[in-house]
Amino acid sequence: MKSSSNISALKLCFFAVAMFGFGYALVPLYDVLCDITGLNGKSDNVTQQQQANFEVDESRTITVEFITTLNQGMSWDFEPETTKMQVHPGKSYQASFFVKNKTNRSIVGQAIPSVAPFSAANHFIKTECFCFNNQLLEAGQSLEMPVVFVINPALPKHVKTVTLSYTYFDVSNTVNKSINNIDNT
Amino acid sequence: MSTTAADEHHPSGIMRWVTTTNHKDIGTLYLWFSFIMFFIGGIMALIIRTELFQPGIQFVDPQFFNSMTTMHAIIMIFGVVMPAFTGLANWLIPMMIGGTDMALPRMNNWSFWILPFAFTMMLSTLFMDGGGPAGGWTLYPPLSLQTGDALPFVIFSIHFMGMSSIMGAINVVATILNMRAPGMTLMKMPLFVWTWLITAYLLIAVMPVLAGGVTMLLTDKFFGTSFFNAAGGGDPVLFQHIFWFFGHPEVYILILPSFGVVSSIIPTFARKPLFGYSSMVYATASIAFLSFIVWAHHMFTVGMPLAGELFFMFATMLIAVPTGVKVFNWICTMWRGAMTFETPMLFSIAFIILFTIGGFSGLMLAITPADFQYHDTYFVVAHFHYVLVPGSIFAIIAAVYYWLPKWTGHMYSEFWGKTHFWLSTIFVNVTFFPMHFVGLAGMPRRIPDYALQFSDYNQIATIGAFGFGFSQLIFLGLVIATIRGGATATDRVWEDAHGLEWTLSSPPPYHSFTTPPNVEDEWNWFTREHYETVKTRS
Amino acid sequence: MKQKYLVRSVSSLLGLMTIASQNVWAEIQPYNMTEGVTEISKQVFDLHMVIYYICCVIGVLVFGAMAISIFRDRKSKGVTPAKFHESTALEFIWTALPFVILIGISIPAAKVLIAMEDTSGADMTVKVTGYQWMWRYEYIDNDIDFYSILKTPRDEIYNRAEKNENYLLEVDKELVLPTNRKIRILITSNDVLHAWWVPDLALKKDAIPGYINQVWTYIDKPGIYRGQCAELCGRDHGFMPVVARALSPEDYDAWVLEQGNKNMASSESSIESSGQKVKNIKAAINTQAALEN
Repeated sequence: MKSSSNISALKLCFFAVAMFGFGYALVPLYDVLCDITGLNGKSDNVTQQQQANFEVDESRTITVEFITTLNQGMSWDFEPETTKMQVHPGKSYQASFFVKNKTNRSIVGQAIPSVAPFSAANHFIKTECFCFNNQLLEAGQSLEMPVVFVINPALPKHVKTVTLSYTYFDVSNTVNKSINNIDNT
Repeated sequence: MSTTAADEHHPSGIMRWVTTTNHKDIGTLYLWFSFIMFFIGGIMALIIRTELFQPGIQFVDPQFFNSMTTMHAIIMIFGVVMPAFTGLANWLIPMMIGGTDMALPRMNNWSFWILPFAFTMMLSTLFMDGGGPAGGWTLYPPLSLQTGDALPFVIFSIHFMGMSSIMGAINVVATILNMRAPGMTLMKMPLFVWTWLITAYLLIAVMPVLAGGVTMLLTDKFFGTSFFNAAGGGDPVLFQHIFWFFGHPEVYILILPSFGVVSSIIPTFARKPLFGYSSMVYATASIAFLSFIVWAHHMFTVGMPLAGELFFMFATMLIAVPTGVKVFNWICTMWRGAMTFETPMLFSIAFIILFTIGGFSGLMLAITPADFQYHDTYFVVAHFHYVLVPGSIFAIIAAVYYWLPKWTGHMYSEFWGKTHFWLSTIFVNVTFFPMHFVGLAGMPRRIPDYALQFSDYNQIATIGAFGFGFSQLIFLGLVIATIRGGATATDRVWEDAHGLEWTLSSPPPYHSFTTPPNVEDEWNWFTREHYETVKTRS
Repeated sequence: MKQKYLVRSVSSLLGLMTIASQNVWAEIQPYNMTEGVTEISKQVFDLHMVIYYICCVIGVLVFGAMAISIFRDRKSKGVTPAKFHESTALEFIWTALPFVILIGISIPAAKVLIAMEDTSGADMTVKVTGYQWMWRYEYIDNDIDFYSILKTPRDEIYNRAEKNENYLLEVDKELVLPTNRKIRILITSNDVLHAWWVPDLALKKDAIPGYINQVWTYIDKPGIYRGQCAELCGRDHGFMPVVARALSPEDYDAWVLEQGNKNMASSESSIESSGQKVKNIKAAINTQAALEN
């Protein structure tokens, strides 16, 4: 009787360890589910090839809003050139953003994008974005940064406004100083 | 049914309690630990209610107030309800299944002794730089990452509590599956054993997920990971998903053993068998299963896709069905019985009524668009206190009154028991019923100060809280008095109690059922007396 | 005979309670959820009341049955306990019936939820940012940008002065919104989780750093609507209220113009306008480029 208890206990221990692993597996699982559903504005998983095949839908006009936010302790100026743009799905557009490091020390910033509504997130494709890398700005330095995007014509019909929001975080502490920098144009 | 004479020799003094592997001793240790933590958590509640007696900041700094709400919850959940039920499991399960002890007695000892260590660590954080944890027991980042020196200690403490629970649960499952006396089939087990079997599986499944989640908090703070930091590609909402994947089954862990307790007590005092035994088992299993797919109802305002909101709304409403089934079965047990109203019965009846009220507010909370107005208000506070205090706590108290004569060999004073009951019931409602209304009127949770229109009901709640708190001193006195002496209890104690534990002496021998009991005798005694036809069930 | 008496007294009691509750209703009103000032808030209130009434009915039936049993089925009355202990038919009924009731509730609930999700066709957008411990409102279309901070004096909080009527629910600069226009509200956070909540608009959404949430509203009635932060965000979580002042569309347009004039007139506005910042940065970049050449 005792050894059968030990066998039960061992099996249950494995179950407990497996559930601990499951907890960690929830992390990539969450990302996968976000990608599929567009939850929290995490976006785009369409290939280059598919993008090339987009047909421009002239009959439909979508308003794209650009929103900027600075995270706690991020002392940059961060503004969009324009807050609104009228676009046709399937066609590529460029929007510009401006940043300036107002402090007297160099700072590395990382922009995190978020798209609203969720149903639009998967259809908002950024082919070029300053959010793909972080930016090192020296004290007082300014930068103009482009975003090139196209809206997938498969965007649900009821969506007429899409908001692209960027939040800039100070990642100086976590990032090596020698990183990519987008050229000044 | 008599027990064979067992070897009564065991160590004495402090070392007895430190080294014991006896399920009765360990059950006693858990119960006393839980009782002490109940008063500590209760004092924190009174600090909270004192500050909330009137608008304005009078007594404590808002930061300390937040650490009180946080610690009150952690202590009540992990230090009171869970250890109390584990204590009941330890005392009762071996006796109820006709076994000699728990399956893994030495692990049982560790499971208990981890707890005082973990809670000393947890309570010590109140004295650290930056104060104790103050981000709510739900520990949401980024706020919880603003905790000072206390954070690693809080996390390690939670790890220890989790390990204790997991080991205890493994022990319960191993015991129930392997140590039953011959003839004690699964469908003959008392419902208390069933509810603990299911609860133990829930514990093993979800405590490790909590451990993972808080470890991620630790590495985010100290080791540069970005699980919950958007800057690194993470998401604060991910923590909420991981936490509530644990958190929702956790609340069923907190209540399922109560269902088992009440299912033991009502039939005894109604002098009728439990109505619908198999349905009760299936309903408990359904609740446990459903508990895994409803977690996001704690997060309706987080910004979820519509499909998610709809799914979690439907699934959450669904849990009301098996829960309702259980309530109906209890009432049918009472129906056409011949009831007497000793203290355990009074607490059990109050449980059914007041837990059901908590269930109603839960159903209202399940309706997502309405939840947008209820979420993070006192309406939620009212809901969970109704299901936890006149829910879990009353069930624990009922269990103690019911089985204390068995454990000690003495009857408690019925006068003081009833006094304790009436004071507790009245004050618990005075404390928590008004909270429904201030929540609906717009008072958020976790605030030390509030707008003037919420004053009256907050005052009433505070008065109720003090009344309830002081009433528990009666219970303390009663338990101590009963341990030390009182009218002698018979073996059966309650005229119509049935189950193997009632065939043992009161108090039972240190090692009971060293020879397996005859399950059929006890079963036939009960069915002959109380069933329409004598049934033999497989 | 005794049973008839029991049933009669219980029913008359219920009848009395129903009548009494109508009179109690008026007194309870301040303690109930607000009906609010939008179509959605009224639908939410109706849902709330429907589910509440259903719970009341179920409660009366369930607790009524318990009460009857408690009074009737007592050993002290010398009754013999019955012996029945299961009924598949009953189990089926009380599983199926609640299930049907729940389906009944979930349909209108789903409808309201779907309506709440449709943010299309908005006339204007406001961005709300949660800070420890205040709100910031930015009108995307108009370049209006300001912080909204609790106005209640510390003396009132620390009991050195008498508390005013809007204690803890007043701010220095209110969020001004028009009635009769569809408003889109974007919500995010600067630091930790917050939640933006206005009960009269039935709007509550978490503010998450790095992510943007959106809600919409269409306010029917001008007035002042007060709410609070609804997600624990630290020490002063209870001290960062939300105050929205809804003006008629004409008054709102006038207010917008006034803000624009204020920006131009004041050389020391607390927040530089977005357009101004972009101009400054462009100028700075040109200077940088010139220096490098």
